[in-house]
Order: sequence, then structure tokens, then C-alpha cells
Amino acid sequence: MNAMSGNYTTADGRKIGGVLMEMKNITLRFGGVEAIKDISFDIHEGEIRAIIGPNGAGKSSMLNVISGFYHPQEGEVWFRGEKRPTMKPYQVAAQGIARTFQNIALFDGMTVLDNIMTGRLSHMKSGMWSQAIWKGKAEREEVANREKVEKIIDFLEIQHTRKTPFGRLQKKKKKRVELARALAAEPMLLLLDEPMAGMNVEEKEDMSRYILDTNDEFGTTIALIEHDMGVVMDLSDRVVVMDYGRKIGDGTPDEVRNNQEVIDAYLGVAHD
Amino acid sequence: MTKLAETGVGDPDIREETLARSPAISDELSSIPRLLARNVAKFGGKPAYREKEYGIWQSWTWAEAADEIEALALGFLDIGLDPGDHVAIIGRNRPQFYWTMVAAQMAGGVPVPVYQDSVAEEIAYVLDHCGARVAVVEDQEQVDKVIEIKDRLPGLTDIIYVDKRGMRKYDHTHLTPYAEVQEIGRAARGRHEAELQRRRDALGWDDTCVMLYTSGTTGRPKGVVLSNRNIIETSRASAEFDRLGQDESILAYLPMAWVGDFIFSVGQAYWCGFCVCCPESTTTMYENLHEIGPTYFFAPPRYFEERITILTIRMEDAGPLKRWMYNRAMAFARDVGPKILDGKPVSAWDRFKYRLGDLFVYGPVRNRAGMSHVRVAYTAGEAIGPEIFDFWRSLGINLKQLYGQTEASVFITQQPDNEVRADTVGVPSPGVEIRIAESGEVFYRSPGVFVEYYKNPESTASTKDAEGWVATGDAGFIEEGTGHLRIIDRAKDVGKLNDGSLFAPKYVENKLKFFPNILEAVVHGANRDYCTAFINIDLTAVGNWAERNNIAYGSYQELAGHKQVMDTIQAHIEEVNESLSTDPMLSGCQIHRFLVLHKELDADDGELTRTRKVRRNIIAEKYDDLVNALYDGSDKVSTETEVTYEDGRKGSIKATLEIRDAKTFEVRPERMEAAE
Repeated sequence: MNAMSGNYTTADGRKIGGVLMEMKNITLRFGGVEAIKDISFDIHEGEIRAIIGPNGAGKSSMLNVISGFYHPQEGEVWFRGEKRPTMKPYQVAAQGIARTFQNIALFDGMTVLDNIMTGRLSHMKSGMWSQAIWKGKAEREEVANREKVEKIIDFLEIQHTRKTPFGRLQKKKKKRVELARALAAEPMLLLLDEPMAGMNVEEKEDMSRYILDTNDEFGTTIALIEHDMGVVMDLSDRVVVMDYGRKIGDGTPDEVRNNQEVIDAYLGVAHD
Repeated sequence: MTKLAETGVGDPDIREETLARSPAISDELSSIPRLLARNVAKFGGKPAYREKEYGIWQSWTWAEAADEIEALALGFLDIGLDPGDHVAIIGRNRPQFYWTMVAAQMAGGVPVPVYQDSVAEEIAYVLDHCGARVAVVEDQEQVDKVIEIKDRLPGLTDIIYVDKRGMRKYDHTHLTPYAEVQEIGRAARGRHEAELQRRRDALGWDDTCVMLYTSGTTGRPKGVVLSNRNIIETSRASAEFDRLGQDESILAYLPMAWVGDFIFSVGQAYWCGFCVCCPESTTTMYENLHEIGPTYFFAPPRYFEERITILTIRMEDAGPLKRWMYNRAMAFARDVGPKILDGKPVSAWDRFKYRLGDLFVYGPVRNRAGMSHVRVAYTAGEAIGPEIFDFWRSLGINLKQLYGQTEASVFITQQPDNEVRADTVGVPSPGVEIRIAESGEVFYRSPGVFVEYYKNPESTASTKDAEGWVATGDAGFIEEGTGHLRIIDRAKDVGKLNDGSLFAPKYVENKLKFFPNILEAVVHGANRDYCTAFINIDLTAVGNWAERNNIAYGSYQELAGHKQVMDTIQAHIEEVNESLSTDPMLSGCQIHRFLVLHKELDADDGELTRTRKVRRNIIAEKYDDLVNALYDGSDKVSTETEVTYEDGRKGSIKATLEIRDAKTFEVRPERMEAAE
């Protein structure tokens, strides 16, 4: 499949760049349990890459490996052409990888605006004293960061909740704020952990539009995990399918859809 | 035109900025672009538009706005807009669209704002009917709709969009971003400036200012052509009436395709030179209203009801001290507030108490509602509940009613300060003449009367006669003594009872619907001996009551038939009867017998229109067994009704309904106040 090597053009005419991230022979164990078994795949610059699979397939573990939260026992993670040493999650974030969580992880008592501003933290350079007296660099930085955040608020159409405490929002709005917070970091690679969990069809459509627009508008590379096959197939350029920690399929949505092993995994054929 | 000036309110206390005092409007001000030029010369540095973007209120002065408008008009010339071409505008209230309205006229075109939530089919009808050459739309959503129908619109050559988001992948053969059109215009200034000047100078009183499509409750929408004379004369007269000046500010949030928005945000704004503020998004309206604090405000009755509901719910959650203060202060305000507002005599002690209430309760409530600075507020469109109306007035907000139509450039009647009542729609606006026909239908004639329905001479002729009188389709009468107009009902629904007295069902139904427990009411009585009613209870309100009183119920039907519910509804009906009895013209409409329907009237069953208006004839036909029972004296009736579920399946409901007699009252011709 030529899509796997180098640049390619998607069906809707977007040009996809070279390899941004590559996972080589990743194996992750928890004690005696092998959550991920010898998996390799890559993510190209500018594409929307999905990781799907039934419950317990190891999708979230994979995302946690990418974001530096889990460290695989075997295998290598390559980012922008360099092998990544073992890193703490905040170091990974500083490299330009941001993520959202399946169980929304923001501050309930803080306003939506303040929550999104936390996404800018990795871009703030002024020192503690400067921040405390709110003069000079700190003030200029805050204004510049606020401008970036306001553009994201406008982009995700959450102006009306700007001053609302995060905890008071509905679930679907929370998901949007979570996405806003991740976008505020201006990531090169955005990881979305089940962005549409618990949404109805209409809300899923809205979310899909935001994901597509993010990719289109900011050129952000997106890797997402999702349960809902339909949504994933419409949204992503290429799909990795996992089952019981193994990779059972990798390719465009059409290729994956016709893959017998994938069909079996989803229809629930008995495992030996 | 001199006659107009004479009929304006003769208040000497006119603020200096008010331009609306000149006896006749000079030809220098005979078009919107000319008004723009005057505003630039007079108030060039003052704000003309504000819009909240990225969390900050951005503003444009008159000079800046004129520059933007001119750039766009030049851009229109560059894409080949010819005089008389129509420019469709589809989007929410944003300065860019108001500029488009003016730029289109400046370039010799005709702006046609379209309801932004219309589906592609409805837009297709309007764009095809007016033969739009250019469509200026807001974003991807609107672009998609127009592209979907573009094949059927051979005249449409250009689509211009404001918001670039998600637009990159589109084929841009016929698509141009708004800012780019302005850039093109600025770059081509040398080539087109003289032509633009020529077209601008050619505009006069009788050129079309705007074309607005009526919402079309009956049949296809009609394009109402309004000239500069219509808009400017009406704006001037109404601005004088309420002494609007340059320092007003308004929040433009009502649909741009509605005539009211055009009069407030373009007509009066350009005549007076005041600032139009646009909300950040449709969902931030309340917040933006609070930030702007407009001085002049318009909203439909539903809006005022909604705000009270929100306030009441919040107060129920407040601490006991606050609740006590609120309840006491509001009870006092209901008595005294409207009197103070109307300048009636009030004792010094009461005035003092009202001040105190203002400090602790009324002021903060006004502030939260974004009404701290409101000098004039209007409501129109439907009847407003007297309690709702009085609530706002008792807070010291000068809320008034007006009666208008697209065909009249809005204003037919409006209430002068100090003569405000819930049950009338006011006196004729300056320059408007009113005539009541034999049938009771209201006719008017004014400088604001529309030119024609576009490409529809038959409808024009049947609505407007040779002398310029226009039929409103509403029945009403001028109240003796005060000269106020009272609207009773749609003319075609008004009938007679067998004893010859007037039957106005909607008037009575509206009175009934003001009770929160009553969701819908259908009154029968045309060509009968007396009036009867079907009632629909409001499940939210009655259900809430049932919960608080530990009344168990399994279904809507069961709750509707509950004895205590029937008692409550009977009390409401008798209250309405008592109030009707004080009105000699409508006392015949008292309800003698009623029943509570076993199902909610529903648009899916064809009983209501999609905008929730009662379809009288269909209901009378479908429930004719119930109607007969109301008139044959029986005290209960068994019935079976077919219903349509939301997924389209059909089923039926069987029920036995109780019929009750309601107490009626002797006619007492005095007004209530007099009787007390």
C-alpha cells in the first residue's frame, strides 16, 4: 500500500505530509498481562489517524504510550525523525503533543476561560515574580495568550460559556472545552481519547465537524480513539484496528472495512 | 410632509441631538446613503456599530463604517452589479450585513434580507422570485444551502461569504470572501468611483430601500417593496414620537429579514445617528444585553415572559431574606410602580418606599435584565399578558406596545408615554390615518405604506386600494374617549353569536392562555346561542402543582380529568368571564360550558400549525362529537380520538370527558377600576 510510505493525497484532495510519529514494535506489559503486543504503525503529518477496536483491545494503552504516560517494555517511539528517549508526560507535552481524556479532566470550579488558559501554560515563559506583580512581560504574555484562547473559543463556538464554571456545563459542552484546552497548547499532534463517548447522533456530527475543521484550519495532526465505527470511518484518513493487544488491520477506512479479521473481531468470533 | 410635523408630539423638552425636528425632510436626506453621508459629516467620530468579537466589543465609527460600505459598494460594481439587481443577505445580525444593505443601495441594487434559519427550499423560492444576482451569506452553513439550490437560480452569479472557516476546499469560481470583495473594491476605486457617485446621486425618495419577504402564514411569501420615502418618513416620525436621539444604543438581535429590525437598526439608526450593537453569537444575547445596557429596546412578548420565568426560578433558589425582600418589594411595586411611571399622583411616603425598593430590588433586577438604561421599550407581534406587562412597568421600565405590519414599515399605532395599557395598542403613529370598516376590519393609510408586492399586482391590488388604504386583516375598534386602538382578533375569525353580539375567539383564548395552567384554548360560538371552550392543560405547570400537592397521576389524560384540576380551570374561566362582562362589546363571549381535552393539541395531528397557531376548522371537524355535547346539555361525553405518534405511527385514545357549566356575569359596562 503506497499510503504507508511517504506523502500521499487523500480522497478529498488534502495533501498529507511525511511521517510525524512512528511506533516501532511496541510491547507493553502490566505484570503478566500483555496489553500491547508488538505493534507498529505511523502517523503522517496532517492526517486524521484513528485507533479502533473492541473494549479492552488496548487502544487507550496505546494512546498513553504516545503521550508518554506509559513506557513500553519493548519497542521504540520515533517523533519528527528522532527516537524519543523515555520522557515524562509534561516533556512530551512540551514537544507539541496534546491530549484530551475519556473521563474529562478539567477543573470544575474554574471558569471555562480559565480552564482553556491552562492549555497555554507550556507557552508561558515569564517568572513567578513577574506574574505575581502583573507587570511587563507577564501582562504582555497574558494578553497574547488570551487572544489565542479567544480565537479558539470563537472557533469552537463556546462564547456563551466563557465565564461559566466548568462543572456546571453539560457533558457535550465539557467535551468541547476539553478539546479547546488541548488546542490552546497549539499542538503538532493532538490525541483524542473517545471524543464522542456518550453523545447522541447530532452531537457526534457536531463534534466530527469540529475535529475536521481543526485539522483543516490549524493543520493539526490528529490521532483519535473511538468506539463508534461509523463516525471513525467517515472521519479518518487511515485506521489502525486493535484486538486483544494485537494489530489486526491498518489502512484506509475502506480497506479496513473489508478486512475479514476486523469483521470477526467486531462480530465477536470466539477466540481460541 | 408639513402635516407630519404638525402631528408629532409637541413636547418642548427635545434633546438637542434630535435631528427629527425639521419641518420637512430635505431632498438631501432622501436615501439611506445620503443619511450615511450626513452622519459622517455630523458624527464622524462617534460609534455607529459595535460587535463583540474574541471577547471584546469592537467598534466602528460612522466614518469607518462609511469606508467599509463604500469599499463593498465599489466591489459590487467591480463584479458587475447593475442598477435594480437584487442582493440577498443571509446571516445573523452582524455589522457586515448592515453594511451590505447600505452598500447594495449605494451601488443601485436592492437589498433582500432572508431569514437565516430558512431551509434551502425556502431560500430558493425567495432568491428565485426576486431574481437575486448576488448572495451575501454568513458562513459555510449558508454557503452550502445556496450552492445546493444554485442550479435552479440562473441569475445568481456571485456568492460572497463573511466567515472563512471550513471554506478552503470549496470551488471558488463563484465564491468570494467578503473582505476580498472589499479589497477588490478599494483597489478598483479609480475605475469605479465616478460611476458609484453617479448611482448614489441618482437615488431618491421613490427608489426601493429594501425588499422584505413576509413570513407567509398563508400561501407563498410575498416580497414587500419599501421605498426610501417609506423607511425614512416612518423612521423620522417614530423617532420624534419617542424623542430618540444620537446617543441611543440598541442591541440588534432580531432576525434581519424582519421589518422591525430594518426600521430600528437601519432606518432609525441612520435617521438619528445612533449606535447599533451586534451580539457575539445568538447564544450570548442575554449576556451582551447586560453589557450594552441599551436605551431603546424591542422584544416579542415571549421574551418578557421568559425573563420573568428565569427570574422567578432564581428567586425560588435564593435565601429566605432575599426572597422576603423580593416578594415584599414586588407586591408594593405592582401598586405604585406604574403610577409613578405614568406621572400620576403618589404620596411622598410611597415614593420614598419605592426609592428604597429601587435601591435594593428593582435596580438590581433591571440591571440583571440589561434594562438599566432603557428609556423606551416596545413589545409587539402578539398580545402580551397584563401581568407580564405590569411586572416590567412596575420595575420602572417604560415598556409600551405597538401595532404594526411589514406593509406599513412597522408603525400603525403605538402607545405614547403616560398612556400605556395592556389591553390597547395605542394611538395612530404620527402621519398614520386609521379607519374601521363596517366588518370591523382595521384599515390604515400612511407615508409608510409599501409600494407594492414584488411581481404580484393582484395581491397588491387586493391589499391596497387606489387611495392608499391598506387592509390589516385584523378586526378592532377605536376606544371612545381615549382614541386608542384595540385589536380583537383576525378579521376572518370574528363572527356573531345568534343574538347578534360579537364573537372574537382569539381574544378570549388569549385571556385564558395567560393562566400558566392553560396551554391552549379553543373557543366555539360562531352562529350558536352561547360560547363554549376546549381547554388544554399545561403539563409542566399542572404537573408541578400535582407534585407539590401529592396528587398521583399516570398520564396526561388522567391529570386532565382530575377533579381538582377541573375546579382550578373552572375558576380561571369564571375569572375570564367576569373580566369579559366589564366590556360591553365582548361580554357575549363569556364561556358558558367547557371541557378539558384528553390529549394535547398537536401539530403532528394537524390541529396546530407549526408555529403553534390553532387550526379552528380542523379541530371543530375532528371533535364534532365533543362540540355537540357542549351544546346539547349533557354532563359527560365518551369519545375516541386518533393520534399520530412522533415516528408517524397512529393509535387512538378513548376517554370519557366531564362537561361543566361555568358561572357567567351580567354586563357591567364600567371599567373595572371604576367599579371598585
